[in-house]
Amino acid sequence: MCGICGCEKTASGLGGYHPHDHVHSEVAEGSNTAGPPRARMVQVEHDIMAANQSYADANRAHFTEHAIFVINLLSSPGSGKTSLLVEAVSLLKKRFPVAVIEGDQQTSLDTARISATGVPAWQINTGKACHLDAHTIGHALEHLPAIDGGILFIENVGNLVCPAGFDLGEAHKVVILSVTEGDDKPLKYPNIFHAADLMLLNKIDLLPYVRFDMNSAVEVARQINPKIGVFAISALTGDGLGAWLEWMIAGLDHAKERRQMALLARRAELQHELDSIDLQF
Amino acid sequence: MHEIALCEGLVQALEEQAGSHGFRRVHRVWLEIGSLASVECDAVRFNFDIMARGTIADNAQLDIMEINGTAWCLPCGMAVDLHRFGDPCPNCDSRQLQVLDGTQIKIKKLEVT
Ligand SMILES: Nc1nc2c(ncn2[C@@H]2O[C@H](COP(=O)(O)OP(=O)(O)OP(=O)(O)O)[C@@H](O)[C@H]2O)c(=O)[nH]1
Ligand SMILES: [Mg+2]
Ligand SMILES: [Zn+2]
Ligand SMILES: [Zn+2]
Ligand SMILES: [Zn+2]
Repeated sequence: MCGICGCEKTASGLGGYHPHDHVHSEVAEGSNTAGPPRARMVQVEHDIMAANQSYADANRAHFTEHAIFVINLLSSPGSGKTSLLVEAVSLLKKRFPVAVIEGDQQTSLDTARISATGVPAWQINTGKACHLDAHTIGHALEHLPAIDGGILFIENVGNLVCPAGFDLGEAHKVVILSVTEGDDKPLKYPNIFHAADLMLLNKIDLLPYVRFDMNSAVEVARQINPKIGVFAISALTGDGLGAWLEWMIAGLDHAKERRQMALLARRAELQHELDSIDLQF
Repeated sequence: MHEIALCEGLVQALEEQAGSHGFRRVHRVWLEIGSLASVECDAVRFNFDIMARGTIADNAQLDIMEINGTAWCLPCGMAVDLHRFGDPCPNCDSRQLQVLDGTQIKIKKLEVT
């Protein structure tokens, strides 16, 4: 059991990454010292979402420090998250370290599909929970090899509602909407389209057979999130995959650049400190 | 579905608080839920009763305060109401809105022994 948070997972291994910064609030009133227990009020101000946020911040700090570019993939069940991942990692693994965290309520079928490509994958079975949270991701990292300067994909549980509210420490949330789902989905599930930086319109090979207005889908998504990027894509034919890969490679480059800048700044600081030591013979 | 996980998190948070504040029983919980948190308050009430059974919060009363979402409208330069993501500014119809409040699920205070 994890000693700090009391969770059931093991914090194992050398350098096992385990972010914990629990914030404790103050007792504000009614602290009685002696006698039988008397009902008292405790002011708490504990945001359940804030608890997730502190884990997410720790994850993000870890990713920054290791120049890992992290994508959190969101969609309804069956939109093509795993299919797109299989295509993407098969190509990316030739150039960068890549790993995948799979979130599913029950099975490890998706992890098996990723593992078949030779890319390291770790399965999180969320059981009753319909979303991944940042604490669970922190523990999942203990089971994956180091991928410094690489890309980590997190396939969230197929659900267009609550994964939107849980920051995992990713660089970007990417929402997948397939053309068989209807072009009005952004209006029906605004939170997720508001939280995402990129929308992938998947299964465009099926456009001849379904009524789906691409322009309208983009328009309503931009009503909710004016800054959302869009790629039309097909996991089946590979159409549009290149544009998405380039977007990720640019993101990874940016993460590496930022890491370089941070290291250079640290070197300058150390140099300054060295220079200030005035040796007297 | 989500409300089950949420109530699990809530009971877990209460148990954590019991450790840091030194109490054994929770009798009443005041919870603040923002309208942008995409949570059904009725479902939270229902699931909390179930999830709390056999824990320090067994039979505790749950008081939920619903907080309206608000956002900063850039064109208007002021805070406006936001009922759900994607809604425009009620004054100027703009969607250049920065959320200010209403995404929280917050334990405000507890009655404990
Ligand atoms: N025609 C077509 N089918 C696709 C495409 N992408 C995925 N599919 C099919 O859609 C189905 C679901 O794909 P998955 O990749 O398992 O979807 P998912 O989002 O990972 O599903 P969950 O993990 O269960 O939420 C499979 O039968 C895929 O073969 C596509 O671009 N075109
Ligand atoms: Mg999948
Ligand atoms: Zn833990
Ligand atoms: Zn959920
Ligand atoms: Zn306005």
